[in-house]
Amino acid sequence: MSNAAPYTTIIGLEVHVQLMTRTKLFCGCSTKFGGAPNTQVCPTCLGLPGSLPVMNRQAFDLALRAALALECSIAPFTKWDRKNYFYPDLPKGYQISQFDLPFSSDGTLEVVDPKGAFEPRRVGIIRVHLEEDAGKSMHDEAAGTGDTRIDLNRAGTPLCEIVTQPDLRSPPEARAWLNELKLLLVYLGVSDCNMQEGSLRVDANVNLHIPQPDGRIAKTPIVEIKNMNSFRSVERALTYEAARQWEEWQATKAEMGKTPKQTRGWDDPAGITRAQRHKEESSDYRYFPEPDLVPVTVTAEQIASIRDGMGEPPVSLRKTLASKWMISPYDADVLVNQGRDLVDYFEDLATRVGEGKVASNWMQQDVLRILNETNGTVAAFPIRPAGLADLISRVMKGDFDTSRGREIFAEMVTSGRPVDEVVASMGISAVSDDDVIALCRELLAANPKIVADVKSGKEQAAAGLIGQAKKKNPNVNPGKVRATCIDLIRGMD
Amino acid sequence: MTTPPQPLTAKDVAKVGLLARLALSESDLERMTGELSKIVGFVSMLGELDTSDVAPLAHPLDTQNVFRDDVPAASLTTAEALQSAPRHDGECFLVPAVLGDSGAA
Amino acid sequence: MQPIEMSAVDLVAALRQGDITAVQCTTAFLDRIEATNGSINAFLAVDRDGALTRAADIDARRKAGKQLGALAGLPMALKDVLCTADMPTTCASKMLQGFRPPYDADVVARLRKADAVFVGKTNMDEFAMGGSNENSAFGPVRNPWDLSRAPGGSSGGSAACVAGDMAPVAIGSDTGGSIRQPAGLCGITGLKPTYGRVSRRGLVAFASSLDQIGPMARSAADCALIMETIAGHDPGDSTSLAVDVPRYTDLLDKPLAGIRIGRVPEHYAEGLDPEVAKGVDEAFAVLKAAGATVHDVKLPHAKYGIPTYYLIAPCEASSNLARYDGAHYGHRAEPGGHRAEPVQKAGGFESPLVEMYCRSRAEGFGPEVKRRIMLGTYALSAGYYDAYYAKALRVRRLIRQDYLDAFQSVDLIGGPVSATPAFKLGEKTDDPLAMYLVDLYTVGTNLAGVGGISFPCGFTKSGLPIGFQLQAPPLAEPLLLQAADRFQRLTDWHRRRPKTTGEVKA
Repeated sequence: MSNAAPYTTIIGLEVHVQLMTRTKLFCGCSTKFGGAPNTQVCPTCLGLPGSLPVMNRQAFDLALRAALALECSIAPFTKWDRKNYFYPDLPKGYQISQFDLPFSSDGTLEVVDPKGAFEPRRVGIIRVHLEEDAGKSMHDEAAGTGDTRIDLNRAGTPLCEIVTQPDLRSPPEARAWLNELKLLLVYLGVSDCNMQEGSLRVDANVNLHIPQPDGRIAKTPIVEIKNMNSFRSVERALTYEAARQWEEWQATKAEMGKTPKQTRGWDDPAGITRAQRHKEESSDYRYFPEPDLVPVTVTAEQIASIRDGMGEPPVSLRKTLASKWMISPYDADVLVNQGRDLVDYFEDLATRVGEGKVASNWMQQDVLRILNETNGTVAAFPIRPAGLADLISRVMKGDFDTSRGREIFAEMVTSGRPVDEVVASMGISAVSDDDVIALCRELLAANPKIVADVKSGKEQAAAGLIGQAKKKNPNVNPGKVRATCIDLIRGMD
Repeated sequence: MTTPPQPLTAKDVAKVGLLARLALSESDLERMTGELSKIVGFVSMLGELDTSDVAPLAHPLDTQNVFRDDVPAASLTTAEALQSAPRHDGECFLVPAVLGDSGAA
Repeated sequence: MQPIEMSAVDLVAALRQGDITAVQCTTAFLDRIEATNGSINAFLAVDRDGALTRAADIDARRKAGKQLGALAGLPMALKDVLCTADMPTTCASKMLQGFRPPYDADVVARLRKADAVFVGKTNMDEFAMGGSNENSAFGPVRNPWDLSRAPGGSSGGSAACVAGDMAPVAIGSDTGGSIRQPAGLCGITGLKPTYGRVSRRGLVAFASSLDQIGPMARSAADCALIMETIAGHDPGDSTSLAVDVPRYTDLLDKPLAGIRIGRVPEHYAEGLDPEVAKGVDEAFAVLKAAGATVHDVKLPHAKYGIPTYYLIAPCEASSNLARYDGAHYGHRAEPGGHRAEPVQKAGGFESPLVEMYCRSRAEGFGPEVKRRIMLGTYALSAGYYDAYYAKALRVRRLIRQDYLDAFQSVDLIGGPVSATPAFKLGEKTDDPLAMYLVDLYTVGTNLAGVGGISFPCGFTKSGLPIGFQLQAPPLAEPLLLQAADRFQRLTDWHRRRPKTTGEVKA
């Protein structure tokens, strides 16, 4: 897409994710989403006079885990700073954040499209730091003059800020990268990355690089886009903004550096970005070291222990699955992208079935289809791996053909019952004549003594075959087996 | 580090006043400009010292790594949280509109 | 002996032995407050009912044979910078007039647990910014030794209420000398502990890296008693030291033999009042007589203490006081309520919210607080940070190093608390810079994070107390208290009372 355009879109992202702690960054208030306004607040997160912060160990460890997974260098010494600005959702008048000594920097996260829509893109991470969230302001947008309501439940929730290099080159690429980042953070248990609940927020910086006839590259002024509420809107906003900047460039030839960075808000229903008011003075944040907190040092042992407990990140898990179960990179990608629970289910299933490819097909064509249709989770899926393996094994064995297998599968999903019961209830007990003949031939071949006895007239000896047949196929009719066996033996003459 | 301090202008002081969210009248501004210039001139005597080899000391303690466990503690009730609020609706703090002009000329 | 004349140590003993009840004791101080506070203005709030209820409860529990706290029944006053859930906490500011915190400061909780009885909240310079107590929004405190003079500040109310026998003990806070300087000017004993020794949780912050809470009382022994309750680790204050608390009262009665006390010749530079210099010299002589040795030491960067302090403290304050914006608590300006049109109005406020912020803060804060907020905001702002704030932090390291170096060769550093005895009310109010210089001898302690104690070492001819200061290495409070106590066993300056009360015999 950008290949065809007369410019390259340059995109950097700034992502904030809420960490999955029980309590806030600096106090013991709950971080649970959706509580009644101002019920999860205390002197510290209300910024009351005399209140003091104490750092949540788990928040720091989760942030460290995120930074390690993003291949960042971890600073041996880190501290917190105050970012001073007035806003009613920030009751202290400053945000405790990190300025000159973030705990981690210089990482990377690659995004690969298994279908090859774009080249694999390795995106540099400038820094990851730990800071506190603000509360929520609810504006009366219509009137513009009514009171603003402030709920401070969210104030003080731990946030990881992840800032990328301007390494992304197209809106779809940015979206894919965000998906990969989200997957990684969810895998690691760092964040639930739920955008609806605000636990993942994205701002994007975008401008265009436009080759000039003289070989120079003209760069349009960088615009920061805010208010994007889904990865889809990130892609739409970036697409819109790139086009807008191209039009503006053609009209004004305005280049970067001549005007201050502009902030524009994404208006999703209208599908456009709008310039936001920005007062020059409000960006002088007067950072200085937070005197109410002490610095944190991180040792190599701590880093090793966090790494050990981290679990396998998606990028390596895809490779592991592909080689261990002999499935295609595409299949591994599909499975891994569904999350850790689904991968665990798949591996359990594949182990029982003994065939990775078969298990993967059933996962993708059947399990995922149902999950998508019902918007369900694999954790709540009614067929557990053992039950599904049972079904698949029997299909593989030829007990049922694949379409029969699917019917049984569908019934197992609805009823929650095991294969046997479903098969019985569906009346799949009828065994074809050919099957019975085949089974009987098998039995006769395996029991020469009985064959000889029957030949010698002791027809009752055939009863010895019925038990064996039932074991082989519980659905077979004993009388039919007996008759068939006797017929076959007679036919031998 | 030995740059002599520039005297503060009324314009500087007005800007700092807005940054500090302090409304200043004309007479406040005049007085404050004089006082701040004098104080800034005085503290600028630190410029006499060569501190190029001295690391900043932001805090007297050498303590590091103070954490708490991720264990919930009691929160205030909404009534307690709002008890000193100049305006509230029983649920939320109320503040004048964050958006829009203040109606100033 | 009347309860109001007794030391805290003796009161606690008398209460324990049943010689007096908590109600009798509390009533005596409340009556004294009623009779005296009108002329001194040491209290911003007196909680007569609360104090008597609590005293009666303690008496009842004592009668029932229940286990009581270490300070059971001891009346005391709290500087109004400490959060109290049952009394307003105003910091002597219109901004927080009537403000009720929903929680107790850690020291308040510890004192409550020790069964102390709070008689009220004491007056102070607004948000602890000042050295004369004239920056209170609720009127200045008067020095009990001369009602035309300032008691010092910012813990002026706490110092004056002890000097005026309105409480045997008061809790103060010290950011640049705010316990020691008023203690010196009011003829009482005040201890500024090592940074981190006493929890700051619930102390309304002025400059977080400098603030420390401490006791103010008639004697070092009384300060030692209070320290045993208020010192100690608080997991709710990240800067609180996790170090065991010594039994300060057990460590008092030790000779000073072998203790090396430093004397800083630069302290005697121009500006030191000759009567104060004489008192300080005599104090050194007493300490020598008690077995200590005196040695000259250098604090080469001491003269940079004031400019360093007046950058760091306002910078931190500009941030600490940002929360007072009329949004969630405290004063909010009503539209159109400002005395004069703000200049910023001309450019147009960004929003009704910004206008509310600017007007509320202009109305709620007094001139000195505004000055420091402006100074700190300026010194942290883009383009000035390195020249002012960062520069001050570098000099701070030099100042701390001076102390650490000096404490290689001496155990304590002695000298004046203030260059002059108590000055007249109004004398320095028109010259902020002159007022800043009253902290000359005290700010170094805070910048270095070490401890200091101030106690009376004589009187001027006109009858004003002269203070002596000892400073010690980190956590050497036992030595500070031991030296001051030894001094007080050999002198009676700390027993002198203003004319209104007469001498205390204890």
